[in-house]
Amino acid sequence: MYAFNYQKAKSVADAAAALAKNPDAKALAGGQSLIAAMKLRLAAPAAVVDLGGVAELRGIKSDGKNLVVGAMTRHSEVVFSDDVRKAIPALAHLAGEIGDRMVRNMGTLGGSIAHNDPAADYPAAVLGLGATVETNKRKIAADDFFKGLYETALEPGELITSVSFPVPKRAGYVKFKQPASRFALVGVFVADTGSGVRVAVTGAGPCVFRVPEMEKALASKFAPESVANIRIPDKGLNSDIHASAEYRAHLVTVMAKRAVQAALG
Amino acid sequence: MPVKVSMTVNGKPVAAEVEERTLLVTFIRENLRLTGTHVGCDTAQCGACTIHMNGNAVKACNMLAMQAEGADILTIEGVAAADGTLHPMQEAFREHHALQCGFCTPGMVMSAIDLVKRHPKPTEAVVRAELDGNFCRCTGYHNIVKAILDAAPKVAAMR
Repeated sequence: MYAFNYQKAKSVADAAAALAKNPDAKALAGGQSLIAAMKLRLAAPAAVVDLGGVAELRGIKSDGKNLVVGAMTRHSEVVFSDDVRKAIPALAHLAGEIGDRMVRNMGTLGGSIAHNDPAADYPAAVLGLGATVETNKRKIAADDFFKGLYETALEPGELITSVSFPVPKRAGYVKFKQPASRFALVGVFVADTGSGVRVAVTGAGPCVFRVPEMEKALASKFAPESVANIRIPDKGLNSDIHASAEYRAHLVTVMAKRAVQAALG
Repeated sequence: MPVKVSMTVNGKPVAAEVEERTLLVTFIRENLRLTGTHVGCDTAQCGACTIHMNGNAVKACNMLAMQAEGADILTIEGVAAADGTLHPMQEAFREHHALQCGFCTPGMVMSAIDLVKRHPKPTEAVVRAELDGNFCRCTGYHNIVKAILDAAPKVAAMR
């Protein structure tokens, strides 16, 4: 790891000021992606602004209509939260599928979606539920947040403060784990919301994406067979030693079927 | 530029001047000379470096020492009672011969204590699934799982 300056932020305003002042600074959430990337010298920020001490970024609130999860809330807090399990059990399930127990004790929601790894789990929930990402500057709809490979709508000096998930009628998430890393080879989040059905796919492409054809079919009949014959094109999907683009495209249909089944309980 | 870091490790307050980039596991092993916490993969996969921070198991190779500033840290050296009586999880690992070369054992024990705290009555399937962050490259999982299942009610009875 290259040397850097370390700063512990006391508040969101404090962190935002430090990040705005230094374009080569990085926000450190749980560090489960950033520290690993810095050790491999894939990331070499000149300064690190640690959000670990910012209490206002942690916590889970539910009012029955929306579930608001603070950016620095650890995955394990989401897994074991009664509020989450009651409002959106699929979200608690998804959080429990991330990494391993030790990683879940450190990793955070905000860190995961700001990083936007193409195989991360949380982007599928944020896009699949049509959540709203709240930052220190504005509110960003999930459909506008994820821009591409490791790319989001966040501007320099902009910090995620929380994510507001609308509570769906029912939802399910199923992923096919890459057997070594446990990242999603393909993961599909399906949500039957008050304003239609949403299907979000992670792991398959360079960035999480929706499948409108499946959404339409599920809106007329919310059942696994509705998506069973919908194939997505493999053009532009990820291809590596673990799985070809064709294989991933096939998995999208299989995982979508299972996710609908999971949503039906 | 060195920074000052301080925390509580196994009940004792400790402090040192370290480089900002010092990993927690490096601080524990090299500054505190507590070498029971191992470094296996150094990429947050194998779990040999597992310790508890404020009661939760975390991988000490994948975080900065500064992230543990002010925290309460428990390493494998702090698990047994002051008189040397083994923790029930350590005792179960001994009893069931839940180790072969022993390199993964400190991380396994620290992870297993956290596992039974989260799942006080785990099934074998739960234990196997929840151990996915700890690798035993001797592949001695069978006895490790047996030890954890045996220790779970004893660890629950401690509280």
